[in-house]
Formats: sequence, C-alpha cells, structure tokens
Amino acid sequence: MESSNQFSSTPPRAPGGPRESRRHTPKADMSGLYQRAVKEAFIKLDPRITVKNPVMFIVWVGTIVTALVTFNPNLFGNVPDTGLNQQIFNGLITFILFFTLVFANFAEAVAEGRGKAQADSLRATRSDTVARKMLPDGSVQEVSSTDLRRGDQVKVIAGDMIPSDGDVIQGIGSVDESAITGESAPVLKQPGTDIASSVTGGTRLLSDELVIRITSDPGKGFIDRMIALVEGAERSKTPNEIALTVLLVVLTQVFLIVIATMSPLANYVQSPTTIAILIALLVALIPTTIGGLLSAIGIAGMDRVAQFNVIATSGRAVEACGDINTLVLDKTGTITLGNRLASQFIPINGYSEQAVAQAALAASVFDETPEGRSIVRLAEEMGATVDFDRNAAEGVEFSARTRMSGTNLPDGGEARKGAVDAVKGFVRSRGGTLSADLDAAYERVSRLGGTPLAVCRNSEVYGIIYLKDIVKPGLRERFDQLRRMGVRTIMLTGDNRITASVIAEEAGVDDFIAEATPEDKIDVIRREQAQGKLVAMTGDGTNDAPALAQANVGVAMNSGTQAAKEAANMVDLDSDPTKLIDLVAIGKQLLITRGALTTFSIANDIAKYFAIIPTIFAAAGIGSLNVMGLKSPQSAIISALIYNALIILALIPLALKGVEFRPLTANQLLQRNILIYGVGGVIAPFIAIKLIDLILPIS
Amino acid sequence: MFQGWLQIALTIALFVALAPTFGGYMARVYLGHKTLLDPVLVPVERILYSLTGTETKEEMTGWKYARAILYSNVAMALLIFFLIMNQGWLPLNPTGLGAPTWDTALHTTISFITNTNQQHYSGETTLSYGSQMLGLGYHMFTSAATGLAVGIAFIRGLTGRPLGNFYVDLIRSITRILLPISIVGAVALILLGVPETLAGPVVVPTLENPALSQAIARGPVAHFEIIKQLGENGGGFFAINSAHPFENPNPATNLIQIVGMVVIPSAFIYTYGVFANSRRQAWLIYSMVLAIYLLFVTLTAIGEYQGNPAVNSLLGSVQPNLEGKEVRFGWAQSALFATTTTGTMCGAVNSLHDSFMPLGGFVLLSNLFLQIIWGGQGTGTAYLFAYLILAVFVTGLMVGRTPEFLGRKIEKREVVLASFLILLVHPIAILIPGAISLAFPETLSGISNPGFHGLSQVIYEYASAAANNGSGFEGLADSQPASTGLWWNLSTCFSLLCGRYIPIIALLLLADSLSRKQPVPMTVGTLRTDTFLFTGVTAGVVLILGALTFFPVLALGPIAEAFQIAKGG
Repeated sequence: MESSNQFSSTPPRAPGGPRESRRHTPKADMSGLYQRAVKEAFIKLDPRITVKNPVMFIVWVGTIVTALVTFNPNLFGNVPDTGLNQQIFNGLITFILFFTLVFANFAEAVAEGRGKAQADSLRATRSDTVARKMLPDGSVQEVSSTDLRRGDQVKVIAGDMIPSDGDVIQGIGSVDESAITGESAPVLKQPGTDIASSVTGGTRLLSDELVIRITSDPGKGFIDRMIALVEGAERSKTPNEIALTVLLVVLTQVFLIVIATMSPLANYVQSPTTIAILIALLVALIPTTIGGLLSAIGIAGMDRVAQFNVIATSGRAVEACGDINTLVLDKTGTITLGNRLASQFIPINGYSEQAVAQAALAASVFDETPEGRSIVRLAEEMGATVDFDRNAAEGVEFSARTRMSGTNLPDGGEARKGAVDAVKGFVRSRGGTLSADLDAAYERVSRLGGTPLAVCRNSEVYGIIYLKDIVKPGLRERFDQLRRMGVRTIMLTGDNRITASVIAEEAGVDDFIAEATPEDKIDVIRREQAQGKLVAMTGDGTNDAPALAQANVGVAMNSGTQAAKEAANMVDLDSDPTKLIDLVAIGKQLLITRGALTTFSIANDIAKYFAIIPTIFAAAGIGSLNVMGLKSPQSAIISALIYNALIILALIPLALKGVEFRPLTANQLLQRNILIYGVGGVIAPFIAIKLIDLILPIS
Repeated sequence: MFQGWLQIALTIALFVALAPTFGGYMARVYLGHKTLLDPVLVPVERILYSLTGTETKEEMTGWKYARAILYSNVAMALLIFFLIMNQGWLPLNPTGLGAPTWDTALHTTISFITNTNQQHYSGETTLSYGSQMLGLGYHMFTSAATGLAVGIAFIRGLTGRPLGNFYVDLIRSITRILLPISIVGAVALILLGVPETLAGPVVVPTLENPALSQAIARGPVAHFEIIKQLGENGGGFFAINSAHPFENPNPATNLIQIVGMVVIPSAFIYTYGVFANSRRQAWLIYSMVLAIYLLFVTLTAIGEYQGNPAVNSLLGSVQPNLEGKEVRFGWAQSALFATTTTGTMCGAVNSLHDSFMPLGGFVLLSNLFLQIIWGGQGTGTAYLFAYLILAVFVTGLMVGRTPEFLGRKIEKREVVLASFLILLVHPIAILIPGAISLAFPETLSGISNPGFHGLSQVIYEYASAAANNGSGFEGLADSQPASTGLWWNLSTCFSLLCGRYIPIIALLLLADSLSRKQPVPMTVGTLRTDTFLFTGVTAGVVLILGALTFFPVLALGPIAEAFQIAKGG
C-alpha cells in the first residue's frame, strides 16, 4: 500500500483557484445545437405537446382557424368586401402566428438542447461497464453495471470504472474524479471516514482495490437525476412557476372573453370586424412572450446550476435558494481555509523576534503539516536559516499524547513547538524555569482568537507562534453582498467563544455559534425556521445528515458521505461550500427573469391595444387614438403580430442567460427592474411596432 | 366656476379629515376594544347573541364564514321576496299596491340582498311602505353589514388573525356603526326638510288647472335615505332617487349624502392601517385611491362644466351641461355625486348619468370596472388589497424572492383566488351578458339611443350590477311591463350574484389561506409594500389590468362618442 501513503499526507483537496476556472467540466458539446433546436421547434408543433402550454395552445388553435379562413374567408359568415384581398391578409396572419409558435418552441428547444448537451457529457460518465459483483458466498461474478441494485457489493480493481454510486467498505485506493469534478488530482478513498468513503459512478479507480456497497439503483443515482432535470424530461413545474402559469392562464381567459364578446359590440356600433382580425388581436394580447419563454427560463435555470457543477435533485430546491434568509456555514473549510497558518512570532524572556523565528524554524523543518510549512515560510521570510545539518537531525512527529512536534538536533539539542501546556511540561522536565511572560503572551494570542504554540529549544522557552485562522479571500465582500440582499449568515464552529468571535468579526458573518456540536446545527436551523425563515446549509458528514434534511436547501459535498448526500437536495461535485452563495444568486436570478419577462409581456399590451383597436374600429371614429400613426388597419395588425413573434426570438438569449443579477436591496431591484421591464415594456413596442409599420410594404 | 370647485374641494376635505377618527373607531369596534356606546350596547348585543344562539367566541374558517353569509343571505332573501309578493294584503300599504311581477320581485330581492339596489321599478308606484321599510330598509342594514363583515374578516386574515365570527361582525357592524350614525343622520335629514311619514300621498289640485288633481308621493323617507347612503345601498325611495326633492331637498342634504356614502369605505382603509399596525401603508394606499378619485372627479367635472359643444354652438357661449341635472346642485355637485356614487358602489344618483358628457361616462364606467376608487362597503377595501396582492406577485418576482405580502408568501392558491377575483369575475359578469344583449338589440335590450351611447348604456347596466353599484345609466327598457323587462331582470340577476358571492367566497378563502401562513420576517431582501415606489407600481398595475380588460368597450362606448361629439355629430 505504498501509493496510499503518498496520498495520506496530501492535505484534503482544497477548493482552489479562482472561481471562474472551476466553472469548467463537464464541457458540454454545443455544436449543432441550433440546427437541432430548429428541427425540434417544428416537432413540438404536435398539439399533444403544445396543449401543455395553455397560452401557446390558444395560439395554436388560432393558427388553425386563421388557416381555415385563408382558404375560405367566408367560412364563419360573410366578410364585407373592403377591396382587400382577404385570403392574402389572412394567410399573412396565419404565417406570423405559425412562426410565433415556432419561435416559442425554438426557445424551449434551445434550452432543452443545452440541457441535453450538458446531460450527454454527464451521461458519458455513465457508460455501461462490467462490474465484479461479490456474491454472498464470497465468489465474484461479472455483471453489467446496469444490473446492480442498491445493497450489492462490488469489487473494483485499479484501472476499473466505478460502476455506480456507493460507499467504500473495504480497501484504500485513489480515485480519479476528474470526469465529474474536473479536478485532476486523485482523491483517496477509504472506508469508515466520513469524507472519503463515498464514491461516484463513472469515476475511475487508479490504484489498489476497493470493495464498494452500491447505494443507488440504476437510473436513480445523482447523475441520473441531474441528467433527467437538465434534459427537461422529468422537469416538474416549480411552485412559483405554477403560480405564474395560473396568472397567465387567467389573463388568457380574460382576453378570450374580451375578444369573444367584441364581435357583437363591434357589430352594434356598425364597425364590424373579421374573425382573422379578432384572432390576431387575441394572440397579440395574451401573454405569449412570457408564455413562450417560461419553460425555457426554468430549464435554463437548472442548466446554470449544472454548469456550476452542482447537482440539484429538484427545480424546487433551486428556486428555494432565492428565498433563503439564513445561511448556516461551518467555519472550517467554508469560511476559513481549514488550516491555521503562522502569522506572527511573539518573543518572551527578552529574546528577539529573530531568535524566536530561528527556534521555530529549527522545530519545524521536518513538519510537513500545513501549519508547520507556514511556520517555516514565515521564519524564512524573517531571515531565519537552518543552522544545523538537516541530514543529521531527526524529526519528532506530533502525537496526541505529547501534543508537540519538533526536531532532535545533531548537537543533541531538542527544538520543540506545541501546545503551551505541553511545552511547559517539556521545559520543566528539562530543568528549565517558566516566566509570567509566557502566560501573558499565551493569553494575548487566545484573546485574538488565534492558536498559540510555544517554541522552546532545550530548556528555554523562546516565545509564542501565533497561528491564525485564515479567512478565505473575498468572503467578506460576498457576505456583505448577501447582507444587502437580506441574507444572514451564521457561522458554526467548534472553537471557543473568543476564537469564534474574532473569526466571525474578520469574516463579517452576522452571527456565530461557538463550541457547536452537530446537534447545534439542527437546533439553529429549527430556531431560524420557527421564525419563518428559509435556511440553507452545507455539510459532508453523516452526522450532518439530519440537519441537511431539515434545512430548506441542504447542499452536500461530493466528498461527503452517502448519508449526507441522500439527505441533501443538492450535491456539489466540487465540494466547495462557498458555492451556496452562488446558488442563492442563481435562485434569485431565476425568479427575477420570470418576473421581468411577465411584467414586460403585460406592459407590451398597452401598445398593442393602441396599435390595433383604433385602426380596426376606424369606422367608429376612434382613428385619432392611432397615436403611432400606423398606415392602415392591415399594416397595424401585421406589425403588432410581427413584433409579437419577434420579441420572443429577441428575448431568448435573456431567458437563457437570465436577467443580470445584482446584489441590491429589494427596493433598489424593484426600482431598476420596473424601469427596465415595466416602463421599458410600455415604451419599446410603441417604437418597434411603428418601425415595422414603416418598413412593411403594405399600404 | 370657482364656487363649484370649492364645493368639491371642501366636501372631499371633510371626508378625508374624518377618515382617521372614524377608521380608528371602526378598528376599535372590530378589535373588541372599549367604545363610547358600550354601556348601552353591550347589554343589547348580549341579548341578541343569546336570542340567536351565537357563540361569540367561535372563530370561523374562511369556508365557515362564507357559508354563514350564504345561509343568512338566502334566508333573508326568501323573507323579502315573500314580503314583496304579498304586499297587497300586508299592512303599511296606503296606496293599495298589488304584487309586482315575479321577475321584478326576484330582481329587487337579489339586488337588495347583494347591497346593489339596482332598481327596475319605480319605488313610489310599485312598492308599499311596508315593502320599502321592512323589506328593503332591513336589507340596507344587513347587506351593508355583510359587506363590512367580509371586509374586516379579510383584513383580519391579511394581518394574520383568525377571521372572526360572521354573526358577531354582522351584529356589531349594525349596532356600533350603521345604526347609531343612521339615527343621528335621519334626524338631521328630517330637520333639513326630508319627509318621514306613514301617511299616503297628498292629493292637490294642479296650479295650471285647479279642476285637475295631482298626487304627490311621500312616505317614511328620511330614515330610509340615510342608510341608503351610509350603507352604500343606493336604492331610492322614489324612482328618481336623490334627484327627488323629498329625498335630497337642498345642498346641505346633498353634502350629508355624499359624505355618507364615502365615509365608510374611505375610513376603512385607515382601519386596515390599525389592524396591520402600518398607518404608513394605509395612508399610502389611501393617497393612491384619493389621487385616482381626484383625477376622476376632475375629469367628470371638466366635462360637465364645459358642456356639450353641440348645445354651446346653439347658445353661442360655453355653458355647463345641465341636461338631466337638478339646478339646485348644478354641474359641480352633480359631477362629484356621480363620481362618488359609482366609485363607492353606492349607486344613488342625484342626476341622470345617461346625460353626462362622454368624459363623465368614461369615468363612471371606469369606476364600476375598477371597483376600488373607494369601493363597496368593506369589500372595496378587500378588493384594493387583492389588487395589491396581484401587484406584489407580478412585480415581487423581480426582486428575486417568492413574492410575499405582510410577510405571507403569495403562492398558487393566493394567485388563483386573487386573479380570478380581480381579473375574471368582472368580464364574465359584464361582457358576456352585455354582448348577448347587444347581439339582439331589438328583442332583448330595448335601447333608447343607438350607437356608441347605447353600447355604454348596456355595458353600464351590467357593470353596475356586477360591481354591486346599482346606479343606472338609464335609457333602457329594463322595467316590467316592457317586453324586454324579463330579460333585463334575469340577466342582471346573473351579474348581481356573480359580482357579489363569488368575490365574497374568494376573498374569505384568500384571507383564510393567508392567515394560516407562517409569516416570513422582513429583511432588506423583502419587497417593501409600504413605499411610495410600490404604491406607484400598484396604481400602474390597477390601471393597466383594468384597462386591458375594458379598453375595447370604453373605446367603442364613451371614447367613440366623445370623438363623435367633437366632430359635431
């Protein structure tokens, strides 16, 4: 097991590198996306598919009716001869309505296509492999990975693909998870440990042998669920989407009534109109813009989550991210880098700082832990040098019993660093004396929230090394942003109050819980929820599972245990706890995009009314309401319809990309978005319809 | 001219000034706090509770509250229908009137039970004093109190309280609010010259020819009149309603009538502010309604003040439009009365709405369509907040959270109820029967004016019924024995019932569903609804949603008529 040693000293994989570089794999293949989407857009004209979208279904029915009156304009009663070729005009309306449908379908198809591309690259990891299933009698049988069931045990040998999600129950080995996470460094897997015992199907074992207990049935693994979600196949509408659909359906019904009753009204005032015109008006008024883009927005939202390398088990969870009031974050690994690093040497007993650095360096040259390396780095920065022959010296490893580590020097001297009490005992045992200076320095560091390590050489204490928790860079700004969005952050840590308060202050979290136990985590979630708040948290250990299940949004780390992943509603393949913050933004962006396009869609109707009503009822003498000065009723209707169709096409990129989200307060966001999508939605169609009217070669 | 505008301004200032005091009083009544009349009323109420077996502590759910309303309304409707159909042999019938046709009785019953008081009959020649006092007068109290009960139950739900008990709310609305004010108001009207007598009509010789005689109708008018206004009922004792010199003899009674009809709905918004503990929001919403109301009053008044260009060209000078108006009220008080009565769902009239200029017709119709420019008794305020909920839903998404109002999430159920209530009931109850009537103008509608004005008349009639307003644009042959009377009676019954009970049930269920929600604490990420910005957004949503539904009929009705008149047609 040589190879495993090499990994055991490797620190747990830290989520490193700039955020952008981690939005990477699986690289989806987007070539041919649009061609496929165009084809798909026509296939989706099948009424069995269209009927699922009530708003667009009305357009579908309208298209059929206008097509009928194209062939026979007098089908629904005689149309008065106005010198206009009704067939050409109706045909034109039919043509535009048809393309309105195609454009809406295209939007959905592009979103689905992007999801599918994403899914395909995920699915590539799922190729059918041969698994060595272990039978109860101990023998091994070769089966297809798709035949594995939950609870089966399989043996995996170096070079094999791991056939399905599972827990390591025997053996230690290194696994290449780059197919999922894009992280090239192999990860050590072994049984028992919370963090490292779970493996994901589709990853490859690089060394040794593992026995794995399968934890999911085929097609039910995390990847499978994600594939289903991003493809849109199993996409069930989220609560908010359903509520919005209700509003759109009611609006559609209102306009159906308005249009259906318009004919007798128009006839009564001797300003009759035709069925084709009424259908054109109906389609212009019903919220086709948002109706056509709604599903694309939802699918694109899931896709964005997938691009972030997060697997969400439902769209509901993604939406809930936007509503989060409180983030519960572990200190270690989430807020701080996970390792304390040396930040200062504090001399005592009249020694110089330089001398402390020298002693600390001597005590740390063999210490390969991140703390040890940071001490060496700091000491060398201060000009300390190794003043003995390294090869002749011998490292003393840290142990739980001695709580010290250090170096036995070639000259018989002993350099040690460690917990202050331990070092005190060591010095006493070597006949040294202790001064009050040491305790004073110890307390000072403790008060600052740091970890004091005493450094001694032989019987002399030189000073204290101030080990400090390092808050991840940029976190403070992100917490500020969250606060501006009204999201509170609570830090949980096993540290004592003083230490916790210093880190909390430095990271800029709103609250913290010191000396926290896993039970505290679930308590704090319940307490927040009792106040009506939605809580999100991350976790990886088995003892986090109840809290992950309790939280409204629980994000499990892919490196975490199977229990944690089962309890969570999202799994982060990169195991980067700070991603929760991005998820909040994605959730909000999803809702904002829906709201913005709905507002835009409704606001557009004003211009459409002003374009169509005055012109078609010109006989009623309300032509002066034609404020846009459109050329003729025909041109007005065709222009409004063309706008109506093109706006869907024009807004596809926005629907897919999402409205740009800025961390502003609700009121600032409302102000901004009302201005752009509300007021803009009123004005834009006036200009656009007028321009189309000018360009159109219809008199 | 200045005098007219001053009259308008002072009247408005008066009821606005009353809002906080009166609204605060109503809040105390419904919160069960001590009020001035407790020593007298507590024993009375206790007797009523024990007589009716009302368990005062029992909190009702939305459905239970709605059922209580439906049952009691059906029971009361049967009573009044029986009373009208049998008035011929019942007492208090000095003129010896027989029973009206069944459809007139049915329409009158439904019209009064729904707090609409749309009248397809002439009071003085159709109904006995007994039917007027015991039937209609009784319903003027109970239907108004029902509206108040719904309004307060809705506010309770909105602010996270249990909805309360319908019977207690009904009784308290009458004993604490409607009855005391009515008593004082009736005495004031009597002092100002409104008759109150059980004696029959006076028969006098005519001035022109003493050989001929004329019967002057009178009756127990004063007490009927005050609750007609205060309860936003609007059903006149006489056919011509508040234009009649016995109902509304002078500008002083006119002032009482205008303030009477708007004081409750205007103060009710303040009552909400007390319940929600957010007077700021109450005042913002109040200002929004007031602003639209001021705009509407101004538009109507300008239209009437400028008069009819066709008439002006004959006169050779610009004169106010006084056709269909009482000279003692003039253009200003007529315009103010008309705008207020259509906005508040009172439906009393002191001038003929049919004769208003198209600008006025546009405003009066818009008032009926929107239903919130003060709105009906209790229900108007509830509508206002249903609009607010829709505005929160549409725009609230844009701040990136599930929209919430007063900390309560607006989800599918709330959107279903609010959008149905605000958007769908009205088109169903107005446009569908309106279109049917207009499709058969000869056989069904009997319209006096063809063209755009006739369209306005028909749509107005259904809008008035659906909004539970009750005023008429008039000009329709909607009364028996006209051949079209039956159609009008029955088709408006459909609009009356749709416009009253579907919204009441929806409002109560909406309140119920909101009251059960766990409130979410406010953060900076929460969309604040008590800001100037959001109030402005709500006004936009109200006008746009209202306009989207009714722009075509407004365009083909008053707007087309306005262009026609401007052209000199």
